[in-house]
Amino acid sequence: MTATTGGSAAATEFLTVPFDEVLTRYEPVMGLEVHVELSTATKMFCGCAQSFGAEPNTRTCPVCLGLPGALPVVNATAVESAIRIGLALNCQIAQWCRFARKNYFYPDMPKNFQTSQYDEPIAFNGYMDVEIPAEDGEGVETFRIEIERAHMEEDTGKSTHVGGATGRIHGADYSVVDYNRAGIPLIEIVTKPITGAGSRAPEVAKAYVSALRDLMKALDVSDVRMEQGSMRCDANVSLMPIGAEVFGTRTETKNVNSLRSVERAVRYEITRHAAILDAGDKIVQETRHWHEDTGITTSGRPKSDADDYRYFPEPDLVPVAPSREDVERLRATLPENPAVRRRRLQGDWGFTDLEMRDVVNAGAVDVIEETVAAGASPAAARKWWSGDLARRANAQGVAVTELGVTPAHIAELDALVSGGRLNDSMARQVVEGVVAGEGTPTEVADARGLELVQDDGALQAAVDKVIEGNAGVVEKIRGGKVQAVGALIGQVMKEMRGQADAARARELILSTLGVEG
Amino acid sequence: MTTTTDSTAYPDLTRLTAVQMADALAAGEFTSVELTQAHLDRIERLNPALNAFLLVDAEGALATAANVDEARAAGEELPRLAGVPIAVKDIACTRGLTTTAGSRMLEHFVPPYDATIVTKLREARMPILGKTNMDEFAMGSSTEHSAYGPTRNPWDLERIPGGSGGGSSAAVAGFLAPLAIGSDTGGSIRQPAAVTGTVGAKPTYGGVSRYGIIALASSLDQIGPCARTVADAALLHEVLGGHDPMDSTSIDAPVPPVVAAATGTRDLTGLRVGVVREIGGEGFQEGVQARFEESLDHLRALGAEIVEVSCPHFTYAMAAYYLILPSEASSNLARYDAMRYGLRVEPDGSPSAEQVMASSRDAGFGDEVKRRIILGTYALSSGYYDAYYGQAQKVRTLIARDFAAAFEQADVLVSPTAPTTAFRIGDKLDDPMSMYLNDIATIPANLAGVPGMSIPSGLAEEDGLPVGIQILAPAMEDQRMYAVGAALEARLTEAQGGFVIERLPEVPERAPAAAPHTRSDETEEARA
Repeated sequence: MTATTGGSAAATEFLTVPFDEVLTRYEPVMGLEVHVELSTATKMFCGCAQSFGAEPNTRTCPVCLGLPGALPVVNATAVESAIRIGLALNCQIAQWCRFARKNYFYPDMPKNFQTSQYDEPIAFNGYMDVEIPAEDGEGVETFRIEIERAHMEEDTGKSTHVGGATGRIHGADYSVVDYNRAGIPLIEIVTKPITGAGSRAPEVAKAYVSALRDLMKALDVSDVRMEQGSMRCDANVSLMPIGAEVFGTRTETKNVNSLRSVERAVRYEITRHAAILDAGDKIVQETRHWHEDTGITTSGRPKSDADDYRYFPEPDLVPVAPSREDVERLRATLPENPAVRRRRLQGDWGFTDLEMRDVVNAGAVDVIEETVAAGASPAAARKWWSGDLARRANAQGVAVTELGVTPAHIAELDALVSGGRLNDSMARQVVEGVVAGEGTPTEVADARGLELVQDDGALQAAVDKVIEGNAGVVEKIRGGKVQAVGALIGQVMKEMRGQADAARARELILSTLGVEG
Repeated sequence: MTTTTDSTAYPDLTRLTAVQMADALAAGEFTSVELTQAHLDRIERLNPALNAFLLVDAEGALATAANVDEARAAGEELPRLAGVPIAVKDIACTRGLTTTAGSRMLEHFVPPYDATIVTKLREARMPILGKTNMDEFAMGSSTEHSAYGPTRNPWDLERIPGGSGGGSSAAVAGFLAPLAIGSDTGGSIRQPAAVTGTVGAKPTYGGVSRYGIIALASSLDQIGPCARTVADAALLHEVLGGHDPMDSTSIDAPVPPVVAAATGTRDLTGLRVGVVREIGGEGFQEGVQARFEESLDHLRALGAEIVEVSCPHFTYAMAAYYLILPSEASSNLARYDAMRYGLRVEPDGSPSAEQVMASSRDAGFGDEVKRRIILGTYALSSGYYDAYYGQAQKVRTLIARDFAAAFEQADVLVSPTAPTTAFRIGDKLDDPMSMYLNDIATIPANLAGVPGMSIPSGLAEEDGLPVGIQILAPAMEDQRMYAVGAALEARLTEAQGGFVIERLPEVPERAPAAAPHTRSDETEEARA
């Protein structure tokens, strides 16, 4: 890993401090702030549609542009989503709470205040259990993350800084702002200080964000596309000497936008802090930018607890006061907890922990469930979705569900394989055709002429030919080394140009040689 | 007055009340085009002296009028005030019509949308004559803080017409418009009404939509009618009122029956009228106090019982108001940053966004606006919030309790609307505190959200200038103040031989030469 940008001459030095060694002396404390964009039809305080990727400044109105005289109206669906998120995070739901204005000037904020919640969040005092692989590699460990609060707010516009080397505001020639994003509902979920994770802190951070993402998906309240910014994580990290009770000075690494980066950024900051503390220097309380490419953070702006946002209750909105009946009605709509559901499905499907983890990492739990429901065996569904298809998705940089392959396709493919029409390599070719949009598996197999030769005559001829040409191997097999048959099968398949069922070829070879399989 | 076509029954259409105009239009006695043109003619003649209108939309007003006349000719059923022209305070966004809020910051701002109340005026098919002058962002009690020069009082061009809605009060008092829109944050409808001999009502907070009204202090601002009679005000109130889904603070309840109240019985037998001990006395002009006492006698004569009530926390109203208002205003006015609309001043070199914001705000805001932004920013600062904003909110609660207690003992409360008659332009410009004290009687109603109105109670002996009496009612009981106002108005009219406004002297066509503020030629051109 080399640091190439961001004035990080010193950055490389941090990497010389071994992470594990640091954790023998320091206790890391984390605080994670995750912003989730709600996928409501309209924005938080106006009727503008929200849609990612629309032409800049086409999803705006007097309200979200902050025109003189415009007033906000709370999106009731967003409030319901916030309550459901709060409930799913085991939070208490406020009986009465208000919005507040967070005042600061920035060009991407149309009113120069953000309508947010301050000391009266809609949800507070919750927790979430996350699972990380056990240290001995067997099974999982559960780590409880305490949730401080989940509150509602609006997103800002999106600034793009044009010119300059870094794409950041400093050094840019000019900046443009897209207000389509301004006013999109956000839920900010803030943890209490996370202590006791020790060397597992980076993993815990990643597991937490991952679990939150799963939860938001299960709740169907957000797209949670980290790469598109619909879920964003700010990671606060500080170190204190082991045994100390007062937290060290923290830094806040902003907008860490992938699960892997969450883990890397936390790990990087722990190491960086340790190097600074070891040198007897002080940590500067500041925001930091995460650089995905180089894997380092660089200094952002100083941030102190004295940052004065002049919060006061938003006078243009009335308090939000969900009735207990409404809260209970919403509680009844909560989905099964994703972790509980995963354990149930793992049992149903008979997957090992490792297999299940691959499935989860491939984001394939739902699609496998649907594929099994469509008639495929769990093993086949797993094999395709977290294997071949996951690799293809990864290569294309899309989600596994965006390849154009449906659960029904995979169920159909599985039937073709188990029915003996296709072997594995043929099946992979069929998948390639489906991905290429050539049709259903049957259509692709037909069009490409993929079908195992069912006629034993042709296969027997190939077997005979291979036996004749491999006297040495035949001798070994007859001598009891039955596993040597593999070499012959390979040649038979080659003779058949792959259009044969390898299992049948094995049977024929052994029966021709008069050997028991 | 040149355009009446037929009758001598109406030598001057502009002198009619809105009710008379509406009835005559319905009866076909003259057309809305004639009526509108009569007002436009008077505006053309007198606005150079008064500076009541910042913008006159003759074309738009006449088009609406012609449209109403056509519809009426076709036998269409029309709203009561259809064809009756109106002036709109420049604080309300009007689609396609420059809306400045009296500020240089918005000199060229043309809203792409109508405020809800403007939509209602359009639905009521009222020709909009233009936009009226005001103190910048409604901060002031004299209209001297307008970036476009002061408005003059039709009673005496050397005097202020009140503020912030001095443009609307002067337009109505000077017969340039029969009706106008005002906004009242601490008295900006009622105090101008008092000093111009007109009627102004601030409805219950939430009674009229604020959507599209350029915000001063969100929790205090309220839109209401300016008129020459109580019945006229009531008609406009009903047009404006009602729930608006675009304004979360608007009340989801029917508009109080103000028209019925304003045109109902004149008998106040059994009504308890409370006189607030804490409003009046020291600082109140003798003639103001005398007219007030006289009105109390008239109320007694109408059958009302006068009781004294105490609202001990009103003493703190002014202090609380001048924390809450600047706090909210400092935040509401943050949006004027030159990034999306409004004045943009770019310093030399390659300035940062922050530098552009700072230069633009420095150039675009007047001193009074800056003063209040600084006050509010300070009051909201961490470490000061509890002592200032927090404490002010507590006072607000106590004032609301005072009102609640007072309304146990009285059905309505009355006081002089303003401590003095119209003062001279320039007199208080250098003394903000004495300017602020003008609103001492009107501010408590805004803090508590209760409705209040001012009606003329006569002229002060010593200066011959109009005096107003304020009537306050409990929240959502706006009709009570209309009932009392209409009864008192009738009694006063009878006793004084006509409406106070009918005694308005001829308005000179030219303002006195040595005006302390005059509009620059450039401005005149830009806004013509």
